[in-house]
Amino acid sequence: MGEFLRFENITKRYGQNTVLDNVTLEIQAGEVFSLLGPSGCGKTTLLRICGGFEPPDEGRVILDGVDITNVPANRRAVRTVFQNYALFPHLSVWENIAFGLKATGQDAKTILEKVPKYLELVQLTGYENRKPGQLSGGQRQRVAIARALINRPKVLLLDEPLAALDLKLRQRMLIELDTIHDDVGITFLFVTHDQQEAMSISDHIAVLRNGRVEQIGTPTELYEAPRTSFVAAFIGDTNFFEGTVETIEGDYCTLNIDGFPEIQLFNDKKVHRGEKIHVSIRPEKFFISAVRPEVTDAKTNLLHGKVEEVIYVGPHTRYWVRVQDWRVSVVQQHHGYGLDERRIKWDDEVWLRFGADNAYMLEHYAEVDEQLLALPDLEPEELEAVVEGGTQEVGSAE
Amino acid sequence: MKTCKRNSRFPMFVTLLTLIFLYVPLILVAVASFNSSKYGGAWNSFSLKWYDRLFNERAIWEALANTLFIALISTAISTTLGTLSALALYRSKNRLKGIYYALIHTPLIVPDILQGISLLLLFVTLINLCGSLCRSLFGIELELGMTTIIIAHITFCMSYVAMVVLDRLHEFDYTLLEAAQDLGASGMYTFFRVTLPQILPGIVAGALFAFMLSIDDFVITFFVKGAGDTTLPIYIQSAMRRGTPAVINALSVVFLLVTFVIVFIAQKLVTKNSESKK
Repeated sequence: MGEFLRFENITKRYGQNTVLDNVTLEIQAGEVFSLLGPSGCGKTTLLRICGGFEPPDEGRVILDGVDITNVPANRRAVRTVFQNYALFPHLSVWENIAFGLKATGQDAKTILEKVPKYLELVQLTGYENRKPGQLSGGQRQRVAIARALINRPKVLLLDEPLAALDLKLRQRMLIELDTIHDDVGITFLFVTHDQQEAMSISDHIAVLRNGRVEQIGTPTELYEAPRTSFVAAFIGDTNFFEGTVETIEGDYCTLNIDGFPEIQLFNDKKVHRGEKIHVSIRPEKFFISAVRPEVTDAKTNLLHGKVEEVIYVGPHTRYWVRVQDWRVSVVQQHHGYGLDERRIKWDDEVWLRFGADNAYMLEHYAEVDEQLLALPDLEPEELEAVVEGGTQEVGSAE
Repeated sequence: MKTCKRNSRFPMFVTLLTLIFLYVPLILVAVASFNSSKYGGAWNSFSLKWYDRLFNERAIWEALANTLFIALISTAISTTLGTLSALALYRSKNRLKGIYYALIHTPLIVPDILQGISLLLLFVTLINLCGSLCRSLFGIELELGMTTIIIAHITFCMSYVAMVVLDRLHEFDYTLLEAAQDLGASGMYTFFRVTLPQILPGIVAGALFAFMLSIDDFVITFFVKGAGDTTLPIYIQSAMRRGTPAVINALSVVFLLVTFVIVFIAQKLVTKNSESKK
């Protein structure tokens, strides 16, 4: 396989505003690669540069070993699914899908052969005579995908393809996109501001922020080993703690966090004694219990606190636990039958247990704008959905 | 019933008055065209003789042929030019765009008589400057006539076409062009398969308006026409002066019917436009 699409030192400015700042990315053949970031991070601009709609000010785009930086959009083996789908309203579904074949001068036989195949791929057989205006949002989306795929591009660019759909449909289309990707095996470059979308579909994700690449990795890497506080907070929920390194023992170190007992921590960053560091602990890494658990393992940490807030959402419960000056966000999955389980209630004294490997040291920490990170350009109804799913809670000293 | 009573009848009343005001003169003309009396006014008896005279008067048919010829040519050219200028304006990122818009719209506001005079001045100047040169080089005699009428008609029709097409273009989704390009289409292919079908209703409506304006025009044509060639409106005006208004009544009725049909089609296209925009 190896590297297939490469962005090399891409810089793009609009007037004074640097939208992309020396971005370098490598995308493997056949993978789904996501550009993830809040609005204004430059992800769409990068996509447009790849599609040939905008030239970069500096840097090169290399596709399959060929520099395509100056190749016009209609000569690139790259196709785009636009955010608003950009279907041709005067053409039927069939003609929309056949457009790329006709435009590139393929014969009638090929068209007659290929269009039904792609109609079937996106499950629109029987809709070929409809006009885009007569289709639902999800169907339009599928026409856009079939239209883009029919020329067998080397890369398919998807610009927030699910943003215009409602929540349920979005989840279904996400699965469909994944299936289509498995069917066609074409490299997908997926732009989104929605971390869940990116997580569920991608092989690799590049998190962008203010025109720079914050971190590149697999979804698991980004979630479990975020390099910066931005990535940690943008992808999923987390708690940030600040502490001083006390002792170093082999691969582990102990950390002194104000108000906590000493914390055992995996020392993957090879920090030294006395260093001030920030760690991120995901809410679900804690085990909450009303009775003090037996701790036999030296690599297990135990905190004692008081429940300040309980939100039961069915599959799990979210607790906010006060531990000295810290407010810790905890998520507990319910494995047993909910009605029988002994419930932890507001004001209960609880114990929080977590393993030394579950606290992750951040390379870079900066205050994160909670509002921006948790709810990037969402409509009010989407916002509600997010609140249901659990808002971002950054446990920090008050 | 009560709700009915609460509704004021005043607006309906005004509407009726307006309609009467607009259509009574036309109806009078239509009635007069069937009156056997030569000078109208008093009703004599029903007669179709003016229609008979109309269809036998050669000069009328020549004028009509001229009118249609001028209208067709100037519609074709002004539609092409108007559409192209609308496209250019739509795509332009020039800072002077606003001024171009104003310049395109101005001919719609400038009084016909002014346009007529200025065009006449232009033609006369050109003929004075290049007339002898053309005669000696190509053997062509430059003079006022069909050509100058056509050029004049193109000038004012173009603005209408450009305006109607621009209106349609403003509703046009620019990403469609990017999408076509993205799918491998060349600029030409994109224009004929995406842009043109999208703005075609606007172009057709513009062309119909242009056609109608050209057929209808009197003032500008009056200034720029030469000694020989006559269009229908000009013929009608001179016939009225010569004192055969009854034939003209019959002609007006025919003319009116044709105009109605064209306006009806144009309106249909425009409303279809605005519906599809939604």
